[in-house]
Amino acid sequence: MNDELVFHFDVDGEDFTSAGQASVMVKKNLRRLGLSPEIIRRVSIAMYEGEINMVIHAGGGVADVKVMEDRIEIVLTDHGPGISNIDMAMQEGFSTATDTIRTLGFGAGMGLPNMKRYSDTMDIKSTVGVGTTITMTVNIQ
Amino acid sequence: MKISTLKELLDAQVLTCEENMGKHVYSACGCDLMSDVLAYVKDQAVLLTGLVNPQVIRTAEMMDMICVVFVRSKMPSEEMIRLAEESGIVIMLSNKRLYEACGILYSNGLVGNKVKP
Repeated sequence: MNDELVFHFDVDGEDFTSAGQASVMVKKNLRRLGLSPEIIRRVSIAMYEGEINMVIHAGGGVADVKVMEDRIEIVLTDHGPGISNIDMAMQEGFSTATDTIRTLGFGAGMGLPNMKRYSDTMDIKSTVGVGTTITMTVNIQ
Repeated sequence: MKISTLKELLDAQVLTCEENMGKHVYSACGCDLMSDVLAYVKDQAVLLTGLVNPQVIRTAEMMDMICVVFVRSKMPSEEMIRLAEESGIVIMLSNKRLYEACGILYSNGLVGNKVKP
């Protein structure tokens, strides 16, 4: 695999039901590339949690996935409220999600920890009132 | 455990992908919290849940799960059935409660879930 492959998705923030569609597309594309199931799963889950977060907290955003020779990079960008305390947000169980979101099976404070769990590197840049950009990489072994 | 065995044990009704009843599951997860499900890594697993929305099927797909059992006979939507069929996921309905359904599978040998360190 010598050429970089790039996938771009707009994540609709209005419809929780459709959240995850971009992650499903990424998973299908990575399968076509013949990557190992473990790598595909890690990328898919990390991106899925990020996508759900963008819908729940930020009114949507954009997702860019770049497949390189040695790694896969996922960049999630939104213009939501931002994260005021990233250290706290990284703690399992901490969440600012509404009760409505919790009844849908999310908002348990596992999103960011799961993204970190399934990626090899994760960087969060966030400014309150401006938005958040999360960059994750998964190494291809 | 074969999915067909699971169906018998839970006295379940199959809604999708009956052609996959011969496949095996090696672990199970009983949960209504999808983020907790996503914290587990184990493929060819079955998800038992009382939560009914399309994210249940997407979560199962992300985890490479091949079977979802809706307990207390909760009926999935047409969209959920379509998503499951696209992904080859067997959907079943059981009138048992989550605790009881998990207990039956556990006591019949379907044990364990591995958490990624």
